[in-house]
Amino acid sequence: MRIPILKLYDCLLVSIQWELDDATALQFQEDLLHKIHETSANGVVIDITSIDFIDSFIAKVLGDVVSMSKLMGAKVVITGIQPAVAITLIELGIVLDDVLTALDLEKGLEKLQQELGD
Amino acid sequence: MEFQSCVKIINEWDIVAARQLGRNVAKELGFGTVDQARITTAISELARNIYLYAGQGRVCIEKLYENGKSGLLIIASDEGPGIPDVRKVMEDGFSTSGGLGAGLPGVKRLMDEFDLDTNVGKGTEIRATKWLR
Repeated sequence: MRIPILKLYDCLLVSIQWELDDATALQFQEDLLHKIHETSANGVVIDITSIDFIDSFIAKVLGDVVSMSKLMGAKVVITGIQPAVAITLIELGIVLDDVLTALDLEKGLEKLQQELGD
Repeated sequence: MEFQSCVKIINEWDIVAARQLGRNVAKELGFGTVDQARITTAISELARNIYLYAGQGRVCIEKLYENGKSGLLIIASDEGPGIPDVRKVMEDGFSTSGGLGAGLPGVKRLMDEFDLDTNVGKGTEIRATKWLR
């Protein structure tokens, strides 16, 4: 199943609602880049409130999609990282250094507006 | 009192099946959300290692009851190429697959006990335990 990507003014909104398998994660990467291209979006919010664990593969796909979006001129904010996810990512040794994050969707949209200078 | 169930790792979907099995057992044993995430992540990493390096193998989840404590044991085994330099793979940041897989040191940190048994040309077995606190 594909992850829906919604357009909201000049931004794209993604809410990942179920556990990602490898194929879905890679499909999402491609879909998001095409959507950025199609809509000329400046910003993207990816909300992962419903995700209860992230392994190194999903972390790499998310980190990569942020870098790829940046290459296309769009800024990405990841929102809703759960306490358990933050703890396991750091223990696992994964650092998502250049990734903008916010506690929830609302704060993520605010952060994106600041970043885009509106 | 012993309980074990296994998932064969042959393709990417089996990685999902293995971690779902692990999460269910962790829930049954009464682990909290953070430990459930640790266990699920550890299984995902070990299953992916099998898929990437050995091609196939299996992941078994066992419930442990010892001295009034309960725990969850993950056994990830394969008949792949084995690991020639164990010290090296246990170093943080070492990877032979170009960044996929956080590696075994990460798994070791997520779990309470970690044992690695490997024979070059014969295969690898990793046993990792999390105890319920």
